[in-house]
Amino acid sequence: MGIVTTIEHALKKPLFGCHMCGQCVLHNTGMTCPMTCPKTLRNGPCGGVRENGHCEVKPEMRCVWVKAEERSRTLPLLPASWRQHFHELRPPVDNRLAGTSSWANLLSGRDKVKPNAWQSDEEDTAS
Amino acid sequence: MLRELVDADDRLIITGEAPAIDGGTLDVFNERISEMAQWVDAMNATDNTAAHAHASNVACAIAIAQAGVEPILQVVCRDKNRIACQADIVGAALHGVHNVCCLTGDDVTAGDEPEARRVFDLDGPQLIRVATGLSGGHYLSGRKLEPAPPLFVGAVENPGAPPVGYRACRAAKKIAAGARFLQLQICYHADRLEAFVEELERQGLTSRAAILPTIVLVRGARSLAFVDREVPGIDVPAETIARIEQANDQAEAAYQLGLEQARHALSLPGVRGLHLTDFRHDGSLSRLCRDLDIPLKEARRAYAHRS
Repeated sequence: MGIVTTIEHALKKPLFGCHMCGQCVLHNTGMTCPMTCPKTLRNGPCGGVRENGHCEVKPEMRCVWVKAEERSRTLPLLPASWRQHFHELRPPVDNRLAGTSSWANLLSGRDKVKPNAWQSDEEDTAS
Repeated sequence: MLRELVDADDRLIITGEAPAIDGGTLDVFNERISEMAQWVDAMNATDNTAAHAHASNVACAIAIAQAGVEPILQVVCRDKNRIACQADIVGAALHGVHNVCCLTGDDVTAGDEPEARRVFDLDGPQLIRVATGLSGGHYLSGRKLEPAPPLFVGAVENPGAPPVGYRACRAAKKIAAGARFLQLQICYHADRLEAFVEELERQGLTSRAAILPTIVLVRGARSLAFVDREVPGIDVPAETIARIEQANDQAEAAYQLGLEQARHALSLPGVRGLHLTDFRHDGSLSRLCRDLDIPLKEARRAYAHRS
């Protein structure tokens, strides 16, 4: 584990429960880590959210996406674009990046690499 | 075809859920779906419902097609990774199964093998985009599929689960990802369903995807209490359960509840039809369609061709 990875993990684990997926989207999900969802969903809450807003899998835990959705609207100091990005269709996770530093991957652009035929929303609008 | 019905814009669409099957032969399966087959335009082959293993979605979709009914292949993200999900969709398409309904899926803990590994390599919206890509002639990797399977992709959404105010946005995301129909989870809160459909209508999305609220026919208060307790994401208000429980004829009261929900759903602007699930198997499904003045499938088609 490199020094950057160690620092990132040391900071983000206690703050966000970071799972080190290596392709961080926290800023687009109301600073709530989607990898803490037991189903690791990247695009919003599943249909199993309980009436009290808690998780289908862990009834004692508030649904990660209920929290994310609320925070994406109400968290102070979030730039408007981050709030808007909440609604984006996020691509499937690249499992090869697990355990690597998302900061390093952000700088190198590695976290932007998508499956060849993945069509993002922008491309969809353009077509 | 379901695609033509959705494109037609003014035609009623009725879909239904084939019961899960565990053993026996195709004769048993055909017998189980025979009543529903008369009424529905297309029938869902479910994918290990409630995280219980059953005869597979692909096998059942092919069986539905062989029974002369248009199948809808349900695919959930829980049990298979992206490679296997694509393989199932492409494989079923070889057999003429072209409708695909993409779901995230219940968690393994909802089933009878909660110790199983959960997959969720993709999530529901991603699976919609991947299936749409397949119909465009490429796997997610970019590798070509020639000829491209003429898939018709849909999804589900739960208008009643928290965060309730966000559910229409999530439906919009699925429609943007490529969903052309949305089969909604059964919702025992009429106001939530209403607000959900109203928002989609306001955003002009009901003309891009056919909205099909689900109606579940149950036997009585015990079934409703079970759904409320055991099915995550479905809340049945205590007063609804009490109303059925206190009725002189529970089975009749439960039927009337389904009828009332169906009438309400069909009255909402933007709703194109219904998705039916029958846990009664006592002829109630036919009775429901008759009470709603819905003609048999063949009669609906003949009428559409005449006009």
